[in-house]
Amino acid sequence: MVYLIDGSLESLLCAVFDWFERKPGKVSLKVLKYYQPEAFNAVHTVYNDPSNADRVWKGLGQKLDKGWLRRFYCTFLAETAEAYVTLFEFACYIFSSLPGAEHNYGNPHVLKLAQTAKKVEREKHRMEAFIRFQQTSDDLFYCGIDPDFNVLPLIMSHFKNRYADQKWIIYDLKRHYGLFYDLEAVSEIHFSLEEERTLSKPAREQLSEKEGLYALLWNDYFKSTNIAARKNTKLHVQHVPKRYWKYLTEKKVL
Amino acid sequence: MSERIREKLNILADAAKYDVSCSSSGGTRKNDNKGLGDSHASGICHTYTEDGRCVSLLKILLTNHCIFDCAYCVSRKSNDIERAAFTVEEVVSLTMNFYRRNYIEGLFLSSGIFKNADFTMERLLKVVKKLRLEERFNGYIHLKTIPGASDELITEAGMYADRMSINLEMPTESGLKLLAPDKSHQDVIQPLGLVQNQIVQFKADKKLIRNVPKFVPAGQSTQMVIGATPETDKDIMQTADTFYRNFSLKRVYYSGYIPISNDNRLPLLGSQPPLIRENRLYQTDWLMRFYGFHVNELLNDINPHLDIDIDPKLSWALRNLQFFPVDINVAAYKMILRIPGIGVSSAKKIVQARQFGKLRIDQLKKIGVAYNRARHFIKCADSPYQLKDYQGTQIKSFIMAESQSKYLKHDTQQLILF
Repeated sequence: MVYLIDGSLESLLCAVFDWFERKPGKVSLKVLKYYQPEAFNAVHTVYNDPSNADRVWKGLGQKLDKGWLRRFYCTFLAETAEAYVTLFEFACYIFSSLPGAEHNYGNPHVLKLAQTAKKVEREKHRMEAFIRFQQTSDDLFYCGIDPDFNVLPLIMSHFKNRYADQKWIIYDLKRHYGLFYDLEAVSEIHFSLEEERTLSKPAREQLSEKEGLYALLWNDYFKSTNIAARKNTKLHVQHVPKRYWKYLTEKKVL
Repeated sequence: MSERIREKLNILADAAKYDVSCSSSGGTRKNDNKGLGDSHASGICHTYTEDGRCVSLLKILLTNHCIFDCAYCVSRKSNDIERAAFTVEEVVSLTMNFYRRNYIEGLFLSSGIFKNADFTMERLLKVVKKLRLEERFNGYIHLKTIPGASDELITEAGMYADRMSINLEMPTESGLKLLAPDKSHQDVIQPLGLVQNQIVQFKADKKLIRNVPKFVPAGQSTQMVIGATPETDKDIMQTADTFYRNFSLKRVYYSGYIPISNDNRLPLLGSQPPLIRENRLYQTDWLMRFYGFHVNELLNDINPHLDIDIDPKLSWALRNLQFFPVDINVAAYKMILRIPGIGVSSAKKIVQARQFGKLRIDQLKKIGVAYNRARHFIKCADSPYQLKDYQGTQIKSFIMAESQSKYLKHDTQQLILF
């Protein structure tokens, strides 16, 4: 039996609801985006019913504490086909066991969920560290990113609290949406492809006049704080993997 | 203008880089005044230098003019180097602008001693006051306590800084006397004690009165240079342990001495900094703080030095084989923590997971235990039955044969005959 979902959190929760309502036994969960029709398996397309989804989410809330709910949500943000299966199996396991079952790290789904959530949290933390704002001429701080996982919802409050007195935009170039803070609240924004292209390579006159100076000073600082006698490239790359270098001002040649 | 500031930043960042501390954790400042900055409880490393050390704070000296002549320090009076000094405004605008671009978590401000201790401390205080009060900056500030500064100045600085630190420099009094005759450990102990007492006092007040201002919320730390004077690892760690206990320090940093001078009291210019030793000391430090080891278990009169080729936890286990093998399905959490190859998070997972059934090897591997190392010390549900008891040296050679030390260029494994 195949359960087909559209990839939203709602559809995932409805799949859990359907499984308990229909009791089909072992099912494999597939996401519409990656789905290839199969000849010998019956397919059940999950219908998104908000009230069912709510009921499942509430039920999870009663079974799990805040930390585990966050892990559940983080795993969802990983957006991989494997993560959806893990979430589905985890939810079914939690509902069919006694309270406290989430601590059973011997269960492969529990462990997988904890590990995937950890990966997402790590990516979130890396974004908090590696985002480098550029000040534009109209006094806006901009940064474009393409994280491995969809972490914008997770980093929003961090940047909102931290940069409360400056306008900023963080734009996910891979998923084509971004966050804009206007000194009051954060809102979601979408750019056209054209705008995305100009933003990823801003011209000199679009940037604030001080931007070049501070980027240069930061580059200098990065070099002079290094101790050449202790050079350890392996450790350096381990902490700052090469795929993040494109964000980093200190890795650009100015 | 911009040329001069570049030059100054290069000189003063270069002079500050031998201070190891770069942690930005433990801050509790919230951005409740619509200003700039908000502490992150665990701290954030914004980048790493090519030597693999994290950069989380803008680490600079206010000036590298200094009236002292300590042999181990680049900024010593007799050293012929370029000197520079920042103005208060320059430090403030650098910090604010770097922070706005998400380059840093905050500021680490230290200074050479010019004129006298009070004068220097006053200038440091001016910078932090301007940041906190005028610029409404809530980021992390790590401030050096200047030994010999007056109690009032140090206490006032504590109201604005998140962490304060003061360096022991050398692990023993005799080592310090050899390289810096003007200094003594007593100069360090007095201000450390002062700040510690204030922290305790403010915490006690907080229980009674709601609006008590913050006082050094991220605590104090210190640093020792190792490898410049001939102390044993035991001396170093016992000093560290004493300071952890007496002053509730958050961290003690160990900085491998990097040869910077021709002085005949110090290692030759161009000799390798003791990186492995430094690494082993940090491992010991962690074992003391997070794994429940007492310093005397790891280092004592029989073993005054740490093993260079294996880590201190493994080394302890090999000396104390009478405690092993440990049955991970019944043993206490404290004992599981002591097994080589099992860390804090694996140990926690094991203790939770074993309530649901006996754990097997494959589950342990998935949980994240370094099984090839741990298997010599544990028993689990499906451990293979073993007739022979191995000796410590044999277990060591098994583990060494499987692992490749990152420090060894050529594997020089000695053969064992028996």
